[in-house]
Amino acid sequence: MTAAARLLHWSEQLGRSAGAAVTELGYLAALLAESVYWLARGRGRHQPVRVAAVFAEMMEIGVRAIPICALLLFTVGTMLAIQGLHTLETFGAQTKLVPLVALSITREFAPLIVGILVAGRSGSALAARIGTMQVSQEIDALRVIGVNPVRYLVAPSLVAMLVMLPMLTILADGVGIAGAAVYGAPRLDLSLAVFAQQTLDSLVAGDVLQGIGKSVIFAMLIALIACSTGFSVSGGAEGVGRAATRAVVVSISSVVVADMVFTFLLNR
Amino acid sequence: MSTPVEPAIEVRDLVTHYGRRQILRGVNLRVEPGEIRVIMGGSGSGKTTLLRNLLALNRPTSGEIRVLGRNLTGLDEPQTDALRRQIGVSFQGGALFNSMTVGENVAMPLREHAKLDESTLRVMVRLKLEVVNLAGFEHLMPAQLSGGMVKRAALARAIALDPKLLFFDEPSAGLDPVVAVELDELILKLRDALRMTIVVVTHVLESAVKIADRITVLDAGTVIADGPVSEIRDHPSEQVQDLFLRRPRQVEVDADEYLRRLTEESVGS
Repeated sequence: MTAAARLLHWSEQLGRSAGAAVTELGYLAALLAESVYWLARGRGRHQPVRVAAVFAEMMEIGVRAIPICALLLFTVGTMLAIQGLHTLETFGAQTKLVPLVALSITREFAPLIVGILVAGRSGSALAARIGTMQVSQEIDALRVIGVNPVRYLVAPSLVAMLVMLPMLTILADGVGIAGAAVYGAPRLDLSLAVFAQQTLDSLVAGDVLQGIGKSVIFAMLIALIACSTGFSVSGGAEGVGRAATRAVVVSISSVVVADMVFTFLLNR
Repeated sequence: MSTPVEPAIEVRDLVTHYGRRQILRGVNLRVEPGEIRVIMGGSGSGKTTLLRNLLALNRPTSGEIRVLGRNLTGLDEPQTDALRRQIGVSFQGGALFNSMTVGENVAMPLREHAKLDESTLRVMVRLKLEVVNLAGFEHLMPAQLSGGMVKRAALARAIALDPKLLFFDEPSAGLDPVVAVELDELILKLRDALRMTIVVVTHVLESAVKIADRITVLDAGTVIADGPVSEIRDHPSEQVQDLFLRRPRQVEVDADEYLRRLTEESVGS
């Protein structure tokens, strides 16, 4: 291949990938719009989004994730206290550990770790479930029964995600700071109560809200990416496996990138 | 015929594409109410595509499809849903919802479309399962059922709303001959008891001959024969006889066509 032909080939590949990415973004937007439509108008069309289905999803996405979520954030909090003390010692500024932990957990670590955790746990599960239903013609069966698959499968997951991710983030805020306190308080000669009080003093509502705002964006990304990946499955069991992997990789990447963008925009 | 009856299904000049490949090339089909119509054809003949178009799961490139008097291409979503309430479908693999019990599967269409209290619902589910000889199995999960039971459960779900029109995709695929025959009997019983119009898509000859009023034979996207069973059996066309006598298809080599196919493929990829 000549250099010119290779260049042409590359640019063609680039164009194709860009086109596919735009198509997927459009699909995500359409999925979101359709979910919102069914949530708002479903009852009028005798196809309500079932509350029971939403609660079932909330159990699966949120409540069952509490133990692992608490464990991870406690560990991250402790780790942050260890590293923070080590770094702050070089400036003789150990007392700044409390605001350091409080701000970095609430603004960054809690939403990010929870987002990655839920993307890995529920993103893959959602994609695999919808993908399996696609392969076994259950999606077609829903449609011919006259049940809209977006209303039945996507909307409940989206709502559950939007409710549970902020909840988990709030929980993660508390557990993460507790993890830091357990390690940091004795070394600063503070009681846990004083550590907690100082934490509250160094936080403003905006810090916590920033984390919660992020988690709402993450919830949307994870639910929509997982569902759209599931619907696009073809090619049997192998396709389902590939979709589960893809859902995890794409949703974790987009959570991390969205986190950066969001942080940048909010801290200019 | 004395009085013209509106056909249950009427398809005119249906053309469909999958990507750039043409699947159906001008299919015409007319199914009368109360009839059992079998659509036959080998793999790749387009019978599944035809079925998906009749169910409004795929959209045709051109042509007209009327189901129960409604033109499918002209319907919006609520109208399509309303029409689908009068149609039952049993998919090839059953397509039972794997996360629900058999009973919940059958209850699903009733729950979504009919306002029934729980006890009435339970009775209705038992009634439908009784029809397909699955009474007492409502608490099992689909994974616990045998192949024949899955098909019958899918049938029970398909008839849950007493449809006027029932589609059956490959009823005997993957079943042993005895169970397949039982399923054929069930289809006949359903038509006689519930006066449904039934469209069966299959490649299995014995079952087609046994249950059909009329048979439509598809090959490479066109209807090559359409008529009562006896007529199809004695059909002069070689392709139809190939299908009936299970002869491997005669491949005619056309050098130009072959070359065109090879070159076109490389452009398309």
